[in-house]
Parts: sequence; C-alpha cells; structure tokens
Amino acid sequence: MEIPYTTTVRPDTGVYNAKLGVWLFLASEVMLFGGLFSAYIFLRVGAPEWPGMIAGHMFERSSDILNVPIGTFNTMVLIASSVTMVLSWASLMMKNFSKYKLYMGLTILFGFIFLIVKAFEYSDKFSHHFYPSESAFLAIYFTLTGLHGLHVIGGIIVNLYFWGPGSKMWKTQPKRFTNRIEIAGLYWHFVDIVWIFLFPTIYLL
Amino acid sequence: MTNSAEGSGDKAEHNEETPVERHAEHQEDLGFWRKYIFSTDHKVIGLQYAFTSMFFLLFGFSLMMLMRWQLAFPGEALPIIGKLFGEANMPDGVMDPQFYNQLGAMHGTIMVFLGIVPLAVGAFGNFVVPLQIGAPDMAFPKLNMASYWALFTGGIIMLVSFILPGGAAKSGWTSYTPLAVIETTGQTFWLLGMIFLITSSLLGAINFITTIIQMRAKGLTFMRLPFFVWVQFITAFLLLLAFPPLEAAGVLQLMDRLAGTSFFLPSGLVVSGEVLNVSGGGSPLLWQHLFWFLAHPEVYVLILPAMGIVAEIISNNTRKPIWGYKSMVYSLIFLGFMSFIVWAHHMFITGMGTMMSAFFQTTTMIISVPSVIILSALFISLWGGSIRFTTPMLFALGFLPMFGIGGLTGLPLGLAPTDIHLHDTYYVIGHFHYIVAPGTILALFAGVYYWFPKITGRKMSDVLGKIHFWGTIVFMNGVFMPMFIQGLAGVSRRLYDGGQLYDIAQPVLEWNVFMSVSAWLLGVAQIPFLINLFGSIKKGKKVSANPWEATTMEWTAAPSPPIPHGNFPVVPTAYRGPYEYSVPGSSSGFIPQDQEN
Repeated sequence: MEIPYTTTVRPDTGVYNAKLGVWLFLASEVMLFGGLFSAYIFLRVGAPEWPGMIAGHMFERSSDILNVPIGTFNTMVLIASSVTMVLSWASLMMKNFSKYKLYMGLTILFGFIFLIVKAFEYSDKFSHHFYPSESAFLAIYFTLTGLHGLHVIGGIIVNLYFWGPGSKMWKTQPKRFTNRIEIAGLYWHFVDIVWIFLFPTIYLL
Repeated sequence: MTNSAEGSGDKAEHNEETPVERHAEHQEDLGFWRKYIFSTDHKVIGLQYAFTSMFFLLFGFSLMMLMRWQLAFPGEALPIIGKLFGEANMPDGVMDPQFYNQLGAMHGTIMVFLGIVPLAVGAFGNFVVPLQIGAPDMAFPKLNMASYWALFTGGIIMLVSFILPGGAAKSGWTSYTPLAVIETTGQTFWLLGMIFLITSSLLGAINFITTIIQMRAKGLTFMRLPFFVWVQFITAFLLLLAFPPLEAAGVLQLMDRLAGTSFFLPSGLVVSGEVLNVSGGGSPLLWQHLFWFLAHPEVYVLILPAMGIVAEIISNNTRKPIWGYKSMVYSLIFLGFMSFIVWAHHMFITGMGTMMSAFFQTTTMIISVPSVIILSALFISLWGGSIRFTTPMLFALGFLPMFGIGGLTGLPLGLAPTDIHLHDTYYVIGHFHYIVAPGTILALFAGVYYWFPKITGRKMSDVLGKIHFWGTIVFMNGVFMPMFIQGLAGVSRRLYDGGQLYDIAQPVLEWNVFMSVSAWLLGVAQIPFLINLFGSIKKGKKVSANPWEATTMEWTAAPSPPIPHGNFPVVPTAYRGPYEYSVPGSSSGFIPQDQEN
C-alpha cells in the first residue's frame, strides 16, 4: 500500500502532502525569524541610542554604517530571482523543459550574486573592525543577515539539485517534478520575503 | 465493490509512476540495517523512539537518584559507587557542588526533551496515529527517519558533554543568562544538542500535521478522530510554532558564547568582582522571554499526549463513549491557542512590571478553564460505567487525581501575589512534577500496557503490572508530596545542601531523607516493569488482534502486530465515531469504527 497524495491532490483538502508540509515548515520559519525580530525590537527599545557607539565612534543612523545602495541592489537581485523562480515553474507547467533549465539557472545565478555581494559587505565591515562583538547593533546585523544567508545557501543547494541531477525526474514523473519545483519556489519566495523585511529594519530604520 | 476497484486502480497507477515506493514494498528483502536501523516504517521508528526515550528516562532518573543522596545526607561520601564518578566530580565519594549543578541541569533537560516528549509524541504518536487514522505510514517516511536520527544525535551530544573539561551544562534546564553565557564548554554542547532536538521536533511536527490532515481514511472526519489523534494534532502545532523562538534564542546564546556578542549580557556586567569585557547592551530578560515562549507550550506538549492516552483507555475500560467528546476537542484547541500567551507567568518576580503581570495572570487563569473541562470530562466518563480494572486502566485512573493535584497547586503560582512567596521554592518543583511525573509518566505507562499487545501480539503480565502500579504511585507521592511542605516553608530549589544553611528550612529538613528513600524505592519499583516489558516480548500470553475489545481502527482493521509496510490488509473506511461502546441493540456491545451498518 503506497502513501496517498504524494503527487495528486487530496480532494477534500485541496493540496498534496509536500505542499502542506512546506507551508507548515514556513510557518515554523516565520516563528524563527519572528523570534529574532522580536529580539531586535526588545534590544533596540532598551538601547539609549541606536546604532550607538561602535569602536569609539558615535553613529546616529544605521545607514552611516551599512551601505544602503548595495543593500538595495541585493534586494533587487533577490526579487529578480523570485521572478525567475516562478518562470521556471511556469515553464514546467507549459511542458517546456529547456526554458525551465534556463530560468532555474538564472535563479541560482542570482542567488550566488546575492551571496557574493554579501561577502563583500561583510569583509568591508571586518576591515573597519566592525565585528559582532563590538555592539548590539552589529551583533543583530551579523546574526540576522548571517542566518538569512544560510537560508539562501540552503535554497541554492536545493535548486542546484533540481537543476542538475534531480531534473532526471522530469522524464519519469513530470507531475511530481513540477510539484517539487513549486514547493522549492515557495521556500525561495519566503527567503526573499525575509530579506524584504530585514533590509528596511536593519539598513534604513 | 466500487471502492476496492478504485483502490486497486490507484495502486496500479502509482506503481507505474513511483519506483521509489514500489521499492518500499520489498522492504522485507532489505538487510538488517535498512529494516531495523535506518528504517522508514513508522512502526519501527516509533519503537526506536520508545527504546531511546526509555533509556533516557532511566538515565535522567538515575541523575536524580544521585542528587537525592546529596540532599538527604549532605557532605557524606556515597558508599560503594561514589568513587566511580571521578575525583573532579565526587572527590572521595563526596559530591562536588558543580557536579550537583550538572546533574540538576541535565536531569531537567533529559527528562523533558529526551525522555517524555520523544516517548509521548515520537513513540506513541508515530506508532499509533497512522494506525488509528487508517494510513499506510506517515506522510513523509524519510523525514520521519531523519527526525529520529536528529534526536539521537542530540542525545549523544548531551551525554558526551558530561566528559568535557568542566562537565556538562550546569545553569539549570532553563539556561538563564548571563550565567549560562559565562559557563564552561558544557553549555555550548547543551546549545548544540538542543538545536538537534529542536530540529527533530520540528520535522516530526510537520510530519504529524500533514499525516493527520492528508492521510485520514475515507469517512474519518475530524470529529470522528480518536481523542488521541486530536491531542497529537494540537501537540504538533505547539511544537511547530513554539520551538523556533527557542531555536532563535539558542542561536543568539551560541553567538554570545562563540562570537563574543552581548545579546544577553547587560552593559557593565560584573562577574566575581571584575567588570566583564563585553560590548553590553543586551538583556538577560530577553532570554527568559524567548525561553518561556517555548517552554510554556512545552508544558502542554508534555501533558496533552497523556490526556489522549488516558481518554482512549478510560473509554475502552468503562465500555462507554467518553463524556463530552466535542467539548474536550474544543477545549483542546482553545488550550493550544492560549498556551502561547501565558509564558510570562514564569517571570513575575523579574521586575517586568505590574501591567505585564496583570495580563499574564489573567491569561493563566483563563487557560485553567479548558484544562479543567478536559479533566472533568474524563472524571465524568467514569460515572455509571462498569469499569474493568485492567493494568492500563489502573494507571489511567491514577493519572486523574495526580494531574488534578498538579493542576490545582499551579493556581497559586499563576497569580502574581502568591507567586512572589512561592517562586523558586520546592513548591514549584512539587507542582510541575505532579503534572509530568505522577501525571504524564503514569499515563505513558498506561499507554505501554495498553498498546503492547498491538506491537507484539502478546500481553504484559497483570501481576507484575499491578506491583509496578502500586509501587510507582505510592513512592511518587512519597517523593513529591513533601516538596509542597518544604516549599510552603520557603526552602529554595537548586540548593546543593537541601537547605541546611537556612533557619527557615530547619523544621522541614527531616523530609529530605523521606523523599530520597522514596525516590530510591521508586527506582526499585521500576524493576518489575522492566522484567515485564522485556520478558513479555517473547514470553507474554498470546492474544487476539483486539484483546481489549476496542473500537478504534488500530485494533479493528489491522492484525496485531501489524504487517510491516502498509499496516492494513484492506484499506479501512470509517463509518462512525471513535467510541461506540455499549450501543443498545448491538450483539457484541461495541461497534468498530470501520464497521458499516
């Protein structure tokens, strides 16, 4: 007896198993980042000034420490990657596998661009002796963006698998493969949305 | 006829489509490793959870038996085995205070996260839920395997931390900051271990919710679910939504320890007379908020599965439907929701402010209402029943008053004015142990006796079971009842000498020996259980597929023990509610859920 609804939709709930599973996973991720954002609010409300003293200098605005244009660029990169992610799924829905390869490849590329830009931002901070141990602001900045970065890396690994070896499934079980891309997309959009909240809270506010 | 035709059509289609799952049908041919160690069968995984968690329950209990020596006879050398623990921990057999702190912190951590939760949710949930809802397995079998191995890894990390320099974590199972941040490496291992345990619970929770929503048999609507499935459903939501903030807190504390951040370290923190060289700006209260945001729902994770087990057994042994099934379900949902907004009643004396206290004591009083409804419904279910005093029923009956004591003694702790006196005293220890030890653990024993025939096709011995029951319930009360007396007198918890140095403790100190002897005898009372459990696997009396004459589908639609993959020879369909006992006009006196007409 096989497990039902791995590929097909259960009529009375309207979803297949993995789709419900990924939504539940995202709910727990909301609570994870919710906890971290709450920690940020808690510490910021209690701080006399923000970002405050770092390495002997007084900073009055986050944008004096963080590079807003680069952050904006990275936001655009992630949004673009979400668009290509949807297009890759849509290509599969239209049974166009080569288009899928193209759009998924672009999604992965945008993911890497985001990470490379982030790495430059980090090394720039380190070269100015801005470490997580220097202040509450930097601790929040590095921990939250670092955790988000790990989520991006996780997403890239999954997408790379579906772009490369995992895509063999298209030949044997096209419906199931399309489902897989759909839920990988749900995760990828979530990672994107987290950044859309992170960017203004940390860089701009 | 149409149903079965459709069913086989489905099967053929799947066989073409999914080579992976066709492979699963040949599980019989798989080698030892795939069949018993890295199995994806929910029943094997459930048993893996069961044995792992029982080991940890015994291990965690042993830590406590050691601590009870120090509390009963402070500063005296532990005879015979004392020197086995090494010079660093027990020089000349006398317990070092730091070692006492390790034992205390790890007792709590192990009992909660590696003992009760894996047994109540991982073991019973995994084994019973798919069978009760007529599913061939959990929705994600590989994820299920992953969650067990994450738990196993977390458990190993916790055990290994004992042999680190400086020993295991010693700032309590709550790991309050800033103390936990400045502790030795054991605390880092505690955090890493917790991240594995949290991951395990999250994967498990996703699996349970998906399974219950997606894999219910035809006709099994939500209001026909056995109450046990309902509690696992709500419990999974609590795990899913409450654990991530603790994961966040764990990551922040790891950053504090490893990257030198100050999330939980305030500016100008002085340790041992010296100002700590940290950037500051953090808040110790932040840890408490994040920790208790998990840890209060966690309390309900500990108790809800117990209520579910007891409901099944009471209905089965009173031969009556449980009284007020619907109100129990609605109370359960309400309770699950409320459990997210009561956490700060653990923090009344932190100085968080009277407004906060007023809010959280109000929500705390509100949450006691659904708990009381569920407990009352279980009590009323006994009314007018012709009760069969089987071994599982004894444990289930024992659960009711014990949980009642635990719940009622919680009320003074939920109200800020009385909590100020009782906070951090032995009264608190007595209160929550009544919930989880004579409460949950009795229910878990009940579950073991109840579902043992399902797992093995044999029954456990009733004689040994009854010895086990009376020994357990008497000595558990012997351990925990005096804690209320000591706590009301004002004796603090976590004292290395049990309060010898305090004047207020003097009149109630004599209870320490009584409690310790009770604890050791409680250990002795578990011997008949272990003999019974392992002996009955091979030597127990063989019984039919449905020895308790139950109505739920794990008994009525599947053989005992169930077939390895797929569980059911024929896919069951549910036609009625879960507890149709003593139905007027029925010849056998009960109608199985999957029986038509």
